[in-house]
Amino acid sequence: MYKKVKIEYFAVLREQAKINSEELETSSADARELLSELTSKYNFSLNESTLKVAINEEYCEFTTKLNEGDRVVFIPPVAGG
Amino acid sequence: MFKISQTKIDPIDLGKRFDDPRAGAVVTFEGKVRNHNEGKNVTSLEYQAYGAMAVKEGQKILDQALNQFDILDAYCVHAEGHLEIGDVAIWIIVTSKHRAEAYKANQFIIDTVKATVPIWKKEHYVDEEPVWVACHQCAESGHHEHSL
Repeated sequence: MYKKVKIEYFAVLREQAKINSEELETSSADARELLSELTSKYNFSLNESTLKVAINEEYCEFTTKLNEGDRVVFIPPVAGG
Repeated sequence: MFKISQTKIDPIDLGKRFDDPRAGAVVTFEGKVRNHNEGKNVTSLEYQAYGAMAVKEGQKILDQALNQFDILDAYCVHAEGHLEIGDVAIWIIVTSKHRAEAYKANQFIIDTVKATVPIWKKEHYVDEEPVWVACHQCAESGHHEHSL
């Protein structure tokens, strides 16, 4: 089933996607499938072993199901401070 | 309160807001932009934040510090945008009755912010291409510090 999600990109993923954000109609059921879909599209250099994922501003598992209207961000290694 | 600031952080000005007659101890931490990292000459840093989530995650850390330690107040501000050498990247203040809890809480806050708050740092060098610093591992192992 297709759903529309909003994806924002940061740091190295933003440079590789060449966009800050997008709305996407996707059939991906969970965050893992979505990452795989986006990696095919943008050839991301980072994968699930180094990324974390946040849905609606909360860290979650890659197995978290996606719902209509979710805001999804794949989080490259953070480096604040 | 946890804030992301697009303007220069001024610790002296900020510090004035935390005068509290109950506080016998005030511990502040200033993380500043350094001119070198891992053998490279750093000319400036660029911080990018996922603002909406950074504020939420940062606030969780401050709330946890307020629950876990016997302190009166905790505040943290992190800079976003392009910073020059010597600029303040992060500033944390903790007030408490006695110093031990304020020191512990302040250390807890900086360690946890570095590990979990979605903020990224791009280092610019004298004669190399800039790179996004990858820091999941160093936050976990506690070594390999960058701007601090």
